[in-house]
Amino acid sequence: MRRLEPIESRRLAEHWASEIARHATRPWKIMEVCGGQTQAIVKFGLDQLLPPEIELLHGPGCPVCVTPLEMVDRALAIAQVPGVIFCSFGDMLRVPGTDGDLLRLKAEGADVRVLYSPLDALTIARQNPGRRVVFFAIGFETTAPANAMAIHQARQRGLSNFSALCSHVLAPPAMLAILQDPEQRVQAFLGPGHVCSVMGLSEYEPIAAQFSVPIVVTGFEPLDLLEGVCLAVRHLEAGRSGVDNQYARVVQARGNPASQALLEQVFEVCDRKWRGIGLLPNSGLRLRDEYRAHDALSVFDVGEITTEEPAECISGQVLRGLKKPTECPAFGLRCTPESPLGATMVSSEGACAAYHAYGRRSVPAARLARGAEGFSP
Amino acid sequence: MGRVDFGGVSRKVCLEHVKDVAPGDYVLVHVGFALSRIDAEEAHKIFELLRELDQLTELTEPEPLAAQAAGQEPQP
Repeated sequence: MRRLEPIESRRLAEHWASEIARHATRPWKIMEVCGGQTQAIVKFGLDQLLPPEIELLHGPGCPVCVTPLEMVDRALAIAQVPGVIFCSFGDMLRVPGTDGDLLRLKAEGADVRVLYSPLDALTIARQNPGRRVVFFAIGFETTAPANAMAIHQARQRGLSNFSALCSHVLAPPAMLAILQDPEQRVQAFLGPGHVCSVMGLSEYEPIAAQFSVPIVVTGFEPLDLLEGVCLAVRHLEAGRSGVDNQYARVVQARGNPASQALLEQVFEVCDRKWRGIGLLPNSGLRLRDEYRAHDALSVFDVGEITTEEPAECISGQVLRGLKKPTECPAFGLRCTPESPLGATMVSSEGACAAYHAYGRRSVPAARLARGAEGFSP
Repeated sequence: MGRVDFGGVSRKVCLEHVKDVAPGDYVLVHVGFALSRIDAEEAHKIFELLRELDQLTELTEPEPLAAQAAGQEPQP
């Protein structure tokens, strides 16, 4: 029986693709917010299954990509402080700072460690009472509850040698900024499924209403994404705006109240600079004053940070859906996963890295592939 | 904390954010934390599909502390 399932899933994918083609009567531009969604779309070639009317724009939801350069430089400075154990999610290690990256520091002898869970940093802090343990707390609302828990537990247990370098970002202000951008072309969003599993749907209602866009909260599997696009197209064609939930098996309208309560307790909303995008008001989370003893920004004085982005990198435009990675003259030549100019080429969720990994070397080639595949819905 | 089975690999996961879970439930796990309880029938279908698509590689990696370069950070 199981052998039939891949056929079944292909059949389902083709079903959704033909549904999309049946409903699409004119061109629509739909942005998927999450980097995980971008990765799945490019990996499975979902954009190439769609009718020519539908263009998918890749959004800003790659947490590693939008972590500001200043923060990466600060991480590099702290990781070089003697006696520090610097802990991070793996994707951050190869993100280029102004001068080098965490992986290079590690190679040069700094104690930089990759963690699966922020709670592992607490274990390391307990096991190394004479060392200062710093955790690079990045990510969207999905990751923030886990990081909040680690910081909260450190405070409860009096782990004075643990601190977090917090650079959290929030999804709705980024979507707002994209809609307010006069250059922008987004007509509907595939909303961030995992962010909404924490935060629920209510934050998206005012955005959908203000800009008259449909926001379809969507999952991360190929069939989720095709269904999300189909729902978005049907809303667009009918002139409907509002919030819809494709990912109901995971996302409840109210989100996860326990996670929200912990976020509220540990963090407060702040303005945040996004790499490649700039300062967005009320778009980040920072530690509340009560947690200052565990705030690496307070614990470590690394002095003034002056940053410099490589002039050639267009990751800011890629993150806002204004350009495709293949429109960058450096793509695949002077910028590769081995030697990245910008963070979108580093993270597996970055659009540039996804295009590079799955052979999207040029726009004409991608269009050719669609034609050659002969998919007719 | 509880133990979650990722396609044969058992791993300790923080359950503080999902107080209503019971043994046998499916959960969405992100960086070692269960964030949401998943509708069981839907979860089973997706799990089978993922297995067919060979998408469980991330979950079957060795412990990241032992294999540091393999660290992966899933969706935001």
